[in-house]
Amino acid sequence: MKADHPQAVNEAPIDFSAATMTEMKRVIGLFPEGKQKSAILSVLHLVQDELGWVSVGAMNRVAQILDIEPIEVYEVATFYTMFHLDPVGKNVLEVCRTGPCQLVGSDDLITYIEQKLDIKVGETTKDGMFTLKTVECLGACGYGPMLMCKYHFYERLTKEKVNEMLDAMREASKS
Amino acid sequence: MARKLLIEHADVQGIASYDVYRKHGGYASVEKALKTMSPDEVVEEVKKSGLRGRGGAGFPTGMKWSFLAKPEGVERHLVCNADESEPGTFKDRYLMEKLPHLLIEGMITSSYALGARRSYIYIRGEFMYVLRILEKAIAEAYANGMLGKNILGSGYDLDLVVTPGGGAYICGEETALLESLEGKRGNPRMKPPFPAVKGLWGNPTVVNNVESIAAVVPIVNEGGDAYAKIGIERSTGTKLISASGNLVRPGVYEIELGLSVEEFIYGDDYCRGIANGKKLKACIPGGSSVPILPHYLVTKTAAGTDRLMTYESLADGGFASGSMLGSGGFIVFDEDQCIVRNTWNFARFYAHESCGQCSPCREGTGWMEKVLYRLEHGTGTLEDISLLEEINKKIEGNTICPLGDAAAWPVAAAIRHFRDEFEWHVKSPQEAQSRNYGLIQAPLEA
Amino acid sequence: MIKVTIDDVEIEVAPGTTILNAARQAGGDLVPPAMCYYSKLPGTGGKCRTCLVEVAAGSTADPRPMPKLVASCSTPVMDGMIVKNKTSERVHTNRGGVVEFLLVNHPLDCPICDQAGECHLQDLGYEHGSAKTRYREERRTFSPIDIGNKIKLHMNRCILCYRCVAVANQLTEKRVHGVLHRGEHAEISTYIENAIDNDFSGNMIDVCPVGALTDKTFRFKSRVWFLKPYEAECACDKCSGKAVVWMFGNEIFRVTARKDKYGEVETIEDKTAWICNDCRFDKKDPSKWNLIGPRKIDRHSVISQGKYATKNDNNPKLLS
Repeated sequence: MKADHPQAVNEAPIDFSAATMTEMKRVIGLFPEGKQKSAILSVLHLVQDELGWVSVGAMNRVAQILDIEPIEVYEVATFYTMFHLDPVGKNVLEVCRTGPCQLVGSDDLITYIEQKLDIKVGETTKDGMFTLKTVECLGACGYGPMLMCKYHFYERLTKEKVNEMLDAMREASKS
Repeated sequence: MARKLLIEHADVQGIASYDVYRKHGGYASVEKALKTMSPDEVVEEVKKSGLRGRGGAGFPTGMKWSFLAKPEGVERHLVCNADESEPGTFKDRYLMEKLPHLLIEGMITSSYALGARRSYIYIRGEFMYVLRILEKAIAEAYANGMLGKNILGSGYDLDLVVTPGGGAYICGEETALLESLEGKRGNPRMKPPFPAVKGLWGNPTVVNNVESIAAVVPIVNEGGDAYAKIGIERSTGTKLISASGNLVRPGVYEIELGLSVEEFIYGDDYCRGIANGKKLKACIPGGSSVPILPHYLVTKTAAGTDRLMTYESLADGGFASGSMLGSGGFIVFDEDQCIVRNTWNFARFYAHESCGQCSPCREGTGWMEKVLYRLEHGTGTLEDISLLEEINKKIEGNTICPLGDAAAWPVAAAIRHFRDEFEWHVKSPQEAQSRNYGLIQAPLEA
Repeated sequence: MIKVTIDDVEIEVAPGTTILNAARQAGGDLVPPAMCYYSKLPGTGGKCRTCLVEVAAGSTADPRPMPKLVASCSTPVMDGMIVKNKTSERVHTNRGGVVEFLLVNHPLDCPICDQAGECHLQDLGYEHGSAKTRYREERRTFSPIDIGNKIKLHMNRCILCYRCVAVANQLTEKRVHGVLHRGEHAEISTYIENAIDNDFSGNMIDVCPVGALTDKTFRFKSRVWFLKPYEAECACDKCSGKAVVWMFGNEIFRVTARKDKYGEVETIEDKTAWICNDCRFDKKDPSKWNLIGPRKIDRHSVISQGKYATKNDNNPKLLS
């Protein structure tokens, strides 16, 4: 098994929108003076909300904002699986594949979405509309099979519901 | 119908708002505690209640609280573990989504008991929409004088913050959670020192599960003795059970501890039996980390007595023929499910969630996953089955945190009870790809 | 002072001492091995699990045995504690298990690894490993990368002891490498293409228990057992200048810090004698060093001839 994660090219820190910066200040302010690093996960979520993913330039900026070394940001961002370290489609479908969901058909759900979107798990559709990922337990075991997209839980999914969901997402992402 | 102490009002219109919650008796425990009780008296009630940690370990909450170090001039913290990630468990999400103020009320009363003035709710990042619900509720609590300075004129100040994780099961382990809350990788800490002595930012800290903290509310309202009267023996009070898998009616149920497993699976008030008219094959009663039980050990113990939903009864028979109540993640398998596939699935989960810090877990979970993958996909050998048992023994008890045990136990139990099915996968790989093994026979003596 | 018994030897130590350090005070073969703990780097330890020992009695006050094996490097002794290391079959079995785990993804490329001959994993593998692997899966592999122009990182060989991270945190001004990803995929890296540029970064090589971090000025030049180590010193404004130079004839092949029998950099005049990168990488001219005399090396290694021969002769398992 090749476990290489090739070294990324360094990038200059990028700027975030004023709204994102305001929200970052708020979440940092939730912690005591000098404990700003505690806000790192909140801050990374905000980065991803704005960019769709977490780039090197964004992480370098986060290091400046939190007054820590860039490696401390890389270490954290690579540990937590919610952060996408590569560009993704407009809608990231994260399908739960763990035991309880598997008992009620998550394998079939994954296959169905793969066929429907003509991509494999881990890939993005050509139009950049969807990325399909599998994730471990999302804490919705009684309502499976399910997936998460943009922090929203789509539960007790059937083929019909998936079709409707995809159409609605396409529609919403057009504007 | 059994008493509900936690989620009775869950379906009341608007109960997530402060006003409606207050109208239904909300925040009474804060008034009672802050106005009429000393912090130690609150701790005493929790001790009397017999409440055991609802996150999975089942350690007595009152005792945990009494271990908290209280050096002069050092800040203390209460941290709520809302990182609910144990496969099969989704009760905390339900509670927080429906009744955010119940958790906040519990946090205030508990923080008062512990002398914490800055408390945190660490919620898994995937529950971001629940975090928003909690944030709104916290703002309401501040606006109504339940948080902030001089709460209800008692002189007690408390700040409460809710903050997200980023996708890591291991952060449900209390020291990993604290690392994460400090903005680091979720690597569990070496113990000692325990969080009660050195926790968040080096300060004495108590980490409690959402449901444990919520349970403090009825305990303070009705008294620890009244709470302890519900349930059986050392399993007191009520417990939220997350029921999933092949059930007619999966979902979150509040049960009085002591309910029979038979009633829980088949009763009209609960799960109403196995879905699609199928038969029960197996059950994991306490979240994916606890041993799986074959159908003949689910509703009866090996000794033939009724199996009850209690810490003791579910563990009856030890690992040979029992399991654990754990977090109450009740996962039910019907006759069409493949135990090998499911065991591989959970092994993959633990390999994925290992932090990678200590060698037995990092290497052992990955190794088990690969061997199970082969068994499931038709290239396993009989030696692989004994190899799995060997790897198991070398992981169990040898890791920094309990994730190693959590990864080892399910595999050990699956092989213990379903060895025939594993061997069938080796002997008839073609057949195993196309159909399921079906129900396993109970040994004659059972 | 409190009393602790390790493998039937009674030792008096200061309160707060860990089991491992108590054992080291006594010395000898009752000392558990340690791959990640490094006494000179606070905060290390607990991760590799090779130092697991059995606590047969917790203390005089509470003489119950501890149910699980404990990491001796991070468990403090209690008065009256009874510890079993080499006298415990359980320890032997489980330590063998840990060694097996450390080896399942290890490339076993000792024949081309510069660490061979002074590698702690090699020693452990010899003492606890079995002759055959039970690992049928594909091994995890990473491509070697440069961490700065003088240090090579072979992640394949790494056991994730975190010592090099502690060196960067504690000896250098800023850390640019760390542990990335998690579980089986955890790796030491800089994430972005980045050089570790610091006067003391070379100490990462000295603390690395395996051949993951190697000195690029010495790579593939010689096997360590062909070299003669000399204690040497030089005038250096950055470090103590007290080092060991490894010579072949009149040539200096490599420079390391002076290490004790546990592989740790020695304390000289109350200070840990870390050496700077100038001394390590750039002073290969013997005229720059004052050679004090031959350095006695604790030939613990399996490659050290004497040990290998005797071990082999006395080990029926290996012969059969």
